[in-house]
Amino acid sequence: MDTVVNMMVSIVFDGVAYAMILFIISVGLSVTMGMMGFVNLAHGVYAMAGGYFTVSAMVAMGLPFLLALPCAALLVGAASVVLERLLYAPLYRARELDQVLLSIGIVLMASAAFTFAYGPGPVSIDVPAYLSGQLDAGFRTFPAYRVFLIAVGALLAFVLWYGVERTTIGARIRAAVDNRRMAESVGIDVDSLFRFTFALGSGVAALGGGLAVEVLGVNPGFAIQYLVLFLIVVSVGGLGTIKGTLVAALVLGVIDNAGKYLWPAGGAFIIYAVTIAILLVRPAGLFGKSHD
Amino acid sequence: MTEPEPNATAHVLRAHRWRAVEATPWLVAIVAFFLLPDYMTLGTQIVITVMFALSLDLILGFAGIITLGHAAYFGVGAYACGMLSAHLGWTEPISALLAASLVAALVGWLSGLVLMRYHGLTLLMLTLSVAILLQELANTYSGFTGGFDGLTGISFQPVFGVFEYDLWSHTHYWYALAWLAIVFVIARRIVYSPFGRSLVGIRENPLRMHAIGAPVFRRQVAVYTVSAGIAGLAGALFAQANTFVTMDVLGFARSGIIMIILILGGTGRLYGAFVGAIVFMALEDELARLTPEFWEFGVGLALVLVVLFARNGILGLFDRLLSRVTERSR
Repeated sequence: MDTVVNMMVSIVFDGVAYAMILFIISVGLSVTMGMMGFVNLAHGVYAMAGGYFTVSAMVAMGLPFLLALPCAALLVGAASVVLERLLYAPLYRARELDQVLLSIGIVLMASAAFTFAYGPGPVSIDVPAYLSGQLDAGFRTFPAYRVFLIAVGALLAFVLWYGVERTTIGARIRAAVDNRRMAESVGIDVDSLFRFTFALGSGVAALGGGLAVEVLGVNPGFAIQYLVLFLIVVSVGGLGTIKGTLVAALVLGVIDNAGKYLWPAGGAFIIYAVTIAILLVRPAGLFGKSHD
Repeated sequence: MTEPEPNATAHVLRAHRWRAVEATPWLVAIVAFFLLPDYMTLGTQIVITVMFALSLDLILGFAGIITLGHAAYFGVGAYACGMLSAHLGWTEPISALLAASLVAALVGWLSGLVLMRYHGLTLLMLTLSVAILLQELANTYSGFTGGFDGLTGISFQPVFGVFEYDLWSHTHYWYALAWLAIVFVIARRIVYSPFGRSLVGIRENPLRMHAIGAPVFRRQVAVYTVSAGIAGLAGALFAQANTFVTMDVLGFARSGIIMIILILGGTGRLYGAFVGAIVFMALEDELARLTPEFWEFGVGLALVLVVLFARNGILGLFDRLLSRVTERSR
């Protein structure tokens, strides 16, 4: 009996930790896609860049892990603005197909560039000692790094929720997601608001990438390998909702993890079956608003 | 006397007629055989890719249906054809190919009945998920599909009982080319039919097509089914030519690459599939072996440039060049 309970706790705990990474990386994508309707398949690139820059900051510059993470996030957030102006902006009113192709092009170029710079294999870091051990919770122990992941994810979810729901700029973002043209006509500068959101979303994704190095591993194929998962989280949650992204990440993360534990041979397809089922019933996602 | 007013419908009435320039790809294919007999394994792969890209052009280029999972039908065709031979001992190649194509069309029809009700991001995600789901199923039921190790034990009788397969894929090349010619005539026929015109109408403005009473959903499902059948035929040819099927026939990479090939060639014009497949695969064969990173970077850069500056692909660029030359000569 105890072993069953223990296993259930492990499955849920690991699933939630995994879900937090999915949430942190996907949340920016959800908001930017909701606001601009831009189909951006290249979002994983910012997470991948975050992972690599975190490694570089620690190895080459000797920064501690907790300082390397925000540095990488800042750098990626700033760099993403350049890409947004140069490549994304001309295509805001273009067909979905063009947006899909442009972002696939960005993924391929980034993957080649990172292979060239860091080599084809995965990179790794030494997380500090206080994050690499086990935490004793009295009745059992938990891996410290995953506890840390859940704490960071929960904190970030709260900060983003507060920012979007309780501040003026958040109100503007919500207005732009709900109805861009109406927001523009009441004087909100949606273009610059979008640039800010895009940079923030990319930076947060980079933070997620830095956190993912230890658990998922980061290699030049990262952006393609996990692209589908990020898109699934965003579309199941519904575009433009932080709550939706969090719930979708938790549901899919725990289900995926449970599937892999309990049915290793075929567990991976459960997540896609669940996704198809949810999208068939709710095409706009769990919390998305249908614009039809 | 001035010239009579050109009939407004003349263009439409003439559009379906064969033009001399349309012989070019077939002449290239025949000349390539005699000039490069050692490259016919690559040649066969190119012919198969042209057919796969052509199937995508029918839905993407003409009907405007965006999909990130077209490899689903290619893969179903490949596995169906391979399993007919490996498990049932059905080794007559032509009937096995047609059977596999039918299976793919059936899967296309069933999934199309659901998928064509959606559009935009939801459709993208659903097509993507369907293909990956099939791939995971192939992995799970490895007893039938060979799973991660691939499906082996595929062999076929000579074509018509006469043409034996050779090491240099010469027979496979002609066999695939003959199938491509048949498929191309059918696709061309569809595109210039009233049905094909109505697909273009749906691509340009589905609301107006609804308004004039066109059965939009039924047309979309119909073309999706045909496209899946052709993709399945290409997949079945792939299984016969390689006598081996692995799970990557269903993979996301294959769906993405075929889309890239079609876009680089030019969508909605049938011949874009030929240009894209030949240019992409010939370059890939040379460059990807030398420097895979530069190849990947180059493909990405080409995509970005095409989207930003040359929406109609290589053939579109060619058109623009041609019209500029003819304008200057006037």
